[in-house]
Amino acid sequence: MDTLNFLLENLDQLVALTLEHLMLVSIAVGLAIVTGVPIGIAITQNQRAADIVLYIASVIITIPSIALFGLMIPVLSLIGQGIGYLPAIIAVLLYSQLPIIRNTYTAINNVDPALREAARGIGMTPLQRLRMVEIPLAVPIIMAGVRTAVVMNIGVMAIAAYIGAGGLGTYIQRGISQTDPRQLIIGAMAVSVLAIAADYGLLWVQKKFTPKGMKVAG
Amino acid sequence: MIKLDNLTKIFDTSEGPVTAADHISMEVPSGEICVLLGPSGCGKTTTLKMINRIIPATSGTVFINGEDTSAMDTVDLRRSIGYVIQQIGLFPNMTIEENISVVPRLLGWQPERYKARASELLDMVALDPSTFLKRYPNELSGGQQQRIWVIRALAADPPVMLMDEPFGAIDPINREVIQDEFLKMQAELNKTILFVSHDIDEAVKMADKIAIFRAGKLEQYASPDTILAHPANEFVAGFVGSDRTLKRLQLVRAGQVMGARPTFVQPQQSLSEALVIMERNEHRSITLVNSQHEPIGIISRDVAWNHQGLCGEHYEGLHGIAQQHDDLRTVVAQMFTADSSWLPVVDDQGRLVGDITQRGITHHLGATYRTQG
Ligand SMILES: Nc1ncnc2c1ncn2[C@@H]1O[C@H](COP(=O)(O)OP(=O)(O)OP(=O)(O)O)[C@@H](O)[C@H]1O
Ligand SMILES: [Mg+2]
Repeated sequence: MDTLNFLLENLDQLVALTLEHLMLVSIAVGLAIVTGVPIGIAITQNQRAADIVLYIASVIITIPSIALFGLMIPVLSLIGQGIGYLPAIIAVLLYSQLPIIRNTYTAINNVDPALREAARGIGMTPLQRLRMVEIPLAVPIIMAGVRTAVVMNIGVMAIAAYIGAGGLGTYIQRGISQTDPRQLIIGAMAVSVLAIAADYGLLWVQKKFTPKGMKVAG
Repeated sequence: MIKLDNLTKIFDTSEGPVTAADHISMEVPSGEICVLLGPSGCGKTTTLKMINRIIPATSGTVFINGEDTSAMDTVDLRRSIGYVIQQIGLFPNMTIEENISVVPRLLGWQPERYKARASELLDMVALDPSTFLKRYPNELSGGQQQRIWVIRALAADPPVMLMDEPFGAIDPINREVIQDEFLKMQAELNKTILFVSHDIDEAVKMADKIAIFRAGKLEQYASPDTILAHPANEFVAGFVGSDRTLKRLQLVRAGQVMGARPTFVQPQQSLSEALVIMERNEHRSITLVNSQHEPIGIISRDVAWNHQGLCGEHYEGLHGIAQQHDDLRTVVAQMFTADSSWLPVVDDQGRLVGDITQRGITHHLGATYRTQG
């Protein structure tokens, strides 16, 4: 009951923190798409490069987020950004690379060789092949990678509250430090609900983006 | 015109070099269909793909309309050649309209022009544009996809087409239909076509020239009739089959073999007149035609001998009838079915224009052996 009252009294704040949380994750994953998709496409050209890049990305993803923040504080302090939004965004950006790069790489590599040859045979340049055939066919799988990245990083962003990034983690952090179960529960619930909602929202977007002629189970 | 001059491809593989095409030289005149024929792995696809440089040649030259293509830009070269690979390569993310117009769009055509072209091509293969333009490939049957697949290669009206077993994936009945459609289109379009097949019947049906390959070498390059009548060696003879003379029947039309001055009688003539005509020509029966000159029956010598009266009163039904454009295989099949040694031949309007006999057919098929010794 207490929790519910607290929730109703602080609804404005909850909405603000949720939006902040969502925005941080969106910016970070957005940047990850901008970097990860081209990297994923580029490494389809070279098996060795692909092995190396995918290895690095999978090593990064195994670093616990707290450790990653710890590593970044001294480095970013040099520019006066040791805590706050920047390290949080960088962490999410790094964590998002693996699902996005790997899915892009796999999707482009798995385009039916017959289609690739058809595209070549009718005189498409490599860029036209990417734009008109390979990327459209890869979009559903790339989007699945984006979804994974978003859902995973909504959780990572909650921890970033400890380095002052804000977002819904603020409730969890305060709940623990003030031994206030109301805030702890609200924070945890809100993060979970947000993750589930984002997953469904992006599934919808993924279906929207899937070329109509392709039946890909989403 | 496509000319291959000593075209050679050597693949470097882990087990050493593989010569997939060995000094292939041949020339396909403009407007002709050349079928590359041979067993699996003999180098047909490799030869074809060297023409649009999907596979770079190890040595040798390709000329198109006299121009050495090695001087041309690869992308430009490919856009000027219609290319149909064996697997259907329609882009699943594009509508049928977008698929058909992909090369015109690459070439920078205006939308009105490439849209009109897409509709025109669909009409050509009897698919209703209003139904199909906006559909996606997975909303079409296999046969429909195959047709789209072929017309897409025609979209920018390339003078040269390369087709790698384009009808290989279709069931035999649909394949016949599409082959016929394709030949009808070709009769109007006059493309220069290289067509890969491993089916001798398809080759005989489609080809102006057949090139027979074995293990990367061109064994014989000649017209279907020459290949069938005079295979250059044991391999070619074995490949085209021991029934090769029967296959030649497909290459000849009834009109080419028929006697062009058929004997006939009309209903109001008497049986004795019919008998005189038959005896003079040593025929065992004679065609009866109506006033439109259409065959309506036959009168046998026995009947004319044993009866009195008019032809119109004593005829029996036709045993069979050959169209001028029927190939000899169809005609012979009819003769065997009717147990008849000859058939009347009619033109498109159904009028009697000739008669065709089993002897005439044998004589025609044998001619090539007599002249060549
Ligand atoms: N990329 C490649 N690397 C190595 N060898 C190849 C390659 N492509 C083809 N070959 C070899 O070259 C030879 C000719 O192949 P090709 O594909 O031209 O045969 P084909 O006549 O088209 O046969 P099919 O009727 O089975 O399609 C074969 O022995 C094949 O194994
Ligand atoms: Mg082949």
